[in-house]
Amino acid sequence: MISLSHYLILGAILFAISIVGIFLNRKNLIVLLMAIELMLLAVNLNFVAFSHYLNDLSGQIFVFFILVVAAAESGIGLAILVVLFRNLSSIDVEDLDTLRG
Amino acid sequence: MEFKTLLFYLFSTVTVVAALRVITARNPVHAALFLVLAFFNMAGLWLLLQAEFLALVLIMVYVGAVMVLFLFVVMMLDINIERMRLGFWKHLPLGALVGLLLIGEMAAVLSGRYFGLANLPAHNLPANYSNTKELARVLYTEYAYPFEIASVILLVAIIVAVMLTLRRRKDTKAMHPSDQIAVKAKDRMRLVKMAPEVELPAPAAQPGEKA
Repeated sequence: MISLSHYLILGAILFAISIVGIFLNRKNLIVLLMAIELMLLAVNLNFVAFSHYLNDLSGQIFVFFILVVAAAESGIGLAILVVLFRNLSSIDVEDLDTLRG
Repeated sequence: MEFKTLLFYLFSTVTVVAALRVITARNPVHAALFLVLAFFNMAGLWLLLQAEFLALVLIMVYVGAVMVLFLFVVMMLDINIERMRLGFWKHLPLGALVGLLLIGEMAAVLSGRYFGLANLPAHNLPANYSNTKELARVLYTEYAYPFEIASVILLVAIIVAVMLTLRRRKDTKAMHPSDQIAVKAKDRMRLVKMAPEVELPAPAAQPGEKA
C-alpha cells in the first residue's frame, strides 16, 4: 500500500535532483530553466498527493494556478533568453556581467 | 504486491532516472526530451492519485506547449556545448553533497514516524466521481477571482513575450494606421503669404524716341 510518505519522499528526491542540476549546469541558462520546471513539478506532486490523502480539492486548485504561473514564467524566460542570445551570441550566465555585479 | 504499488514504483523510478538525465545530458535537446519523459511519468503518478484533470492538463500544457517551446528555442540558438560543460565536474561533489543532505533530511522527517503520514487512509473515490466536475465547481465559485487574475497573468505573459522578441526593421515601408488617421491638412500643405501680383501697365511708347 502506497502511503503519503512515498509521494512526499519522491517529491523530495525530484527537488534535490533539480537543485543538484542548478549546481552542475550553472553556465547553461536553458538547463537552468529546465531544472526550475522540474522543481515546480516536484512541488506540484506534493500538492496533488496531499489533496488526495486529505480529501481536499484546494490542493489541486493550487496546482492549477502553479501551472499557469509556470507557463507564463517559462514563456517570458525563453523570450529573455532569445533576446540575450541576439545581443551577446551566448547564453552563458558568466557573460551576463554588463552591470558589473 | 498490488498492481497500483507496482505502477507507483515503475512511474517513480522512470521519473527519477529521467530527471537525472535532464541535469546530466550533454545535449540540451536530449535534456528537453528527458524532461518530457519525466512529465509523462508524473502524469501517470497523478492518475494514480485520482487527479485525472491535472494529469491530462500536465500532458497537454507542459508536453504539448511548454516543452515544444523549449525545443524551439534550443534549436534556434547555436550553443557551444563544450564551453557550457566547463566546470561541470568541478561542482559535482558540492552539488551531490547538498542533494544527498536534502534527500536524507526530508526522508528522515517525512518517512511517517512523526506526523502519522503512513496512517493517513487513501480516499478511494467512487467510479462515477468526476474529478473535472468537482474541480470546476470549486474553481468557478470559490476561486473565481484568482482564476481571473490567472488569466490576466497569461495575457501579460503573451504581451511581454511578443514585445521582447519583436524586431523592428529600419527600412520597412509599413504605414501606421493611427498616424494616417491623425494627419492634418496643415501637415501636408503650407500656405504662404505673399504680396499680391499687380499687373503693370503696358509701357506707353515714348513719343519721339524712335519712330
